[in-house]
Amino acid sequence: MQEFLEFTLGGIAVGMIYAAIALSLVLIWRGTRVLNYSQGGMAMFTTYVAWVVIRDTGSYWAGFAVALAAGLVLGALLEVTVVRPTMGKGPLNSVIVTIGLLILLEGVAGIIYGGQYRSFPPSFSIKGLKVGSVALGISASDLFTAAAVLAAALALFLVFEYTSVGLRLRATAFAPGVTRLLGVRIGRVLTLGWALAGLFGALAGVLVTPSTFLYPNSMDSIFVLGFTAAVIGGLDSPVGGVIGGVLLGVVLSYAGGYLGSNLVLVYGLAALALVLMIRPSGLFSSTASRRV
Amino acid sequence: MAEAAALAIEDVHAGYGGVPVLNGVSISARPGTITAVLGANGAGKTTLLRTISGLVRPRQGRILVDGANLARRHPEDIARAGVAHVPEGQGVITELTVEENLRLGALCRRGGSVRSAALSDAYQRFPLLAERKRRHAGLLSGGERQILVIARALMAAPRVLLLDEPSLGLAPRMVAQVMDLVRTLRDEVGLTVLLVEQNARSALAIADCGMVLNLGTVVAADDAAVLASDVALRRHYLGF
Amino acid sequence: MTLARHVGAALVVAVILVLVSIQLSSYRDYQMAEVAAYVVAVAGLTVLIGLSGQISIGNGAFMAIGGYASALVLIHLGWPLEAVFAVGAVVAALAGAVFGVAAARLRGPYLAGATLMLAVALPTIANQFPKQFGGDQGLSVSISTPAFLGATFPPTRWLAWVTCAAALIALILLANLGRSRVGRSWRAVRDDEVAAALAGLNVARLQILAFVVSAACAGLGGALLAVVTGIVAPGAYTLTLSIALLTAAVLGGLGTLPGALWGSLVLVLVPTYLTNVGASHGLSSAASSSVPIAAYGVILIIVMLAFPAGIQGGLRRFFGPATATPLTALFRRTPVSEHQEEGPS
Ligand SMILES: Nc1ncnc2c1ncn2[C@@H]1O[C@H](COP(=O)(O)OP(=O)(O)O)[C@@H](O)[C@H]1O
Ligand SMILES: [Mg+2]
Repeated sequence: MQEFLEFTLGGIAVGMIYAAIALSLVLIWRGTRVLNYSQGGMAMFTTYVAWVVIRDTGSYWAGFAVALAAGLVLGALLEVTVVRPTMGKGPLNSVIVTIGLLILLEGVAGIIYGGQYRSFPPSFSIKGLKVGSVALGISASDLFTAAAVLAAALALFLVFEYTSVGLRLRATAFAPGVTRLLGVRIGRVLTLGWALAGLFGALAGVLVTPSTFLYPNSMDSIFVLGFTAAVIGGLDSPVGGVIGGVLLGVVLSYAGGYLGSNLVLVYGLAALALVLMIRPSGLFSSTASRRV
Repeated sequence: MAEAAALAIEDVHAGYGGVPVLNGVSISARPGTITAVLGANGAGKTTLLRTISGLVRPRQGRILVDGANLARRHPEDIARAGVAHVPEGQGVITELTVEENLRLGALCRRGGSVRSAALSDAYQRFPLLAERKRRHAGLLSGGERQILVIARALMAAPRVLLLDEPSLGLAPRMVAQVMDLVRTLRDEVGLTVLLVEQNARSALAIADCGMVLNLGTVVAADDAAVLASDVALRRHYLGF
Repeated sequence: MTLARHVGAALVVAVILVLVSIQLSSYRDYQMAEVAAYVVAVAGLTVLIGLSGQISIGNGAFMAIGGYASALVLIHLGWPLEAVFAVGAVVAALAGAVFGVAAARLRGPYLAGATLMLAVALPTIANQFPKQFGGDQGLSVSISTPAFLGATFPPTRWLAWVTCAAALIALILLANLGRSRVGRSWRAVRDDEVAAALAGLNVARLQILAFVVSAACAGLGGALLAVVTGIVAPGAYTLTLSIALLTAAVLGGLGTLPGALWGSLVLVLVPTYLTNVGASHGLSSAASSSVPIAAYGVILIIVMLAFPAGIQGGLRRFFGPATATPLTALFRRTPVSEHQEEGPS
């Protein structure tokens, strides 16, 4: 029972990170039908930026803020320079180009920062919390992770639902052709979508890296799990992405806890295969948002 | 011509990929008039509207709105220059609510007060939409959707309205209502309307002028009454 | 007929390769063997992407499967080399079949993501079973030069011969497959899945078959690389390897077998060169070994944006008959380009 509680809460905490990656993928997929395979690489890169800022200023929160800002800028920059020219070409184009971006970012990070594993500080203490004598399996840092992702997701939801920018984003995602006929400059909207995706990726990067170390490939496995979460959620649905992330986090936490943690990625692969076999469009995709 | 044209199309050539569809189309529409664009399926009517609104890039020719050439500009810019295109079929965004669809129409205008004034105008003109504003647009009937997309187009306060087969798939009573609405918009708002219709008879009934497209060229252009009384033309191209 | 022509050409090439290898230093022979190993894996990938229109970012995983399978057979059973290579290809093909069955239901981004996950997840298995797979250290693989060549015969030259022979056979088979009914059906599926299905083709089976072929090639390439490098270890089969294969296929020209050769040459020769350039500009060894990785990214992006037909497409444009490259369909702008009004399909 004690173990079960620890695994559950720990799984939710990790799942929030998958959720953040999933959200970043969904943001781009909805608007452009591009799956951004470089999302993990972008998150790795912005985490290096945070690492430098923290090293030089000594302030974790300065690094945190700079990473998020860097994520916004990097997302927008890549959309304008590299991704935009692939639009309207064959479907393989954007896949290969974003893979190219991933490996480019990893290579550049290796050139600038070297390949060695760097430790990255957590937001708060990583000492396990207890209620009375019962260990919860999570730390203050985990609580912050969950809270930060939830707050960001909530903010995203509010922007989507209640602002004109959000209306532009949603309309562009659902019907880009109609939307531009109404005078909305959808190019800018798509850039904004990438910027927001960069922000969520950056958030995931700084939150997860304390437990993985920082190196050029450090986000690869987090990315594929975030991708799995997004697929579980249906790729089109932000809410589905968050639920998918938490679900995957908890399931993998049980699997890792009870079966051994070496094969977590293999379990993730199995989960992905299972979901794709049963419902290729995801567990939470609403039929309304998928007009295939 | 006494009055400058609100919309003038001069020798426009356009197509898809290498395939030409429009081969030198010219039109001139006076402000505050309805021009019916007629012709068989595949004649190029939709392509003409798509070319005017920038979705298809013309290879050659000029598209003048109030004297400014908009040919080869992006659809966003053309919309902002006062051309509203209500596309063929369902242009409503079914995932958004009625009100969100309407608000979307005014997003290209500056100023929150301008936008909210446009919204209350729309609700005043279309009480039916006011009653359903929180509802998802996907839940509206076909006729209601057609009203919604026209109302959404008006949110941008356009000078020129391009309507692509607004009567398509509507019950006869709804068709009459929509045609009535188009006439009202001309008379009260002073819109210049290009009305693409399969249903030539009802289009000519409200139009001032008409033109007939065949295989991407204009085979006839005249006052609506003249076209409607041309028996040979009717038999050949208009099917009534 | 084509088979006979291909075999004839291959025999000529084989003779040339033997003559060339005799002239080369032992290090160059080694590189020749490396190219032979990569070209098989890259050829399998280029057929998958270029002919069948599916994408894999995880063929490094199938190389790993082929490498480990052949290493285990060699170490524990001591089978002859031909059999060892065949085992590598067959085991990887089986894995590819299992994966392909799942993948045939997947489209573009889902498929690419699933293969990506495979590439990231698979190497972790080696650590879980250190007894069988040697953990992080991996397994060492060594083959001996046959006695009839004499004791002084350079081992790397023997490696070059063996791997080039295997590669030639694989390439002949692929070339014939590409021209066969299967190849034509793949192209039909690639160009228009719905039309292909309406024409009576079994789209799913064709896609699975493409996956199996590509996995078999990757497995054989992995087996060859295992004997060339003398080791199989998880660190050799990272995501970077999978992306390097993709880079070679894209750079060479997707769907073309000569392109696979150009890409593999680049894969073997350029990283060493770039690493040296990096080091001579004062980069640390870790940093300079990242230079080729960044270069892969630059190559992928630039080729896709500017020269989607790759090296082979460029060569054809200059020297070849004025036929369209088989791949134009994949990269042609959709008829109306960005001015087309598109819903989220
Ligand atoms: N997106 C497209 N791509 C290629 N050809 C098209 C496209 N849309 C229409 N066409 C072709 O252009 C011609 C005119 O079509 P269209 O403008 O839709 O005619 P209409 O609206 O008068 O029925 C037709 O022959 C049609 O096949
Ligand atoms: Mg039409």
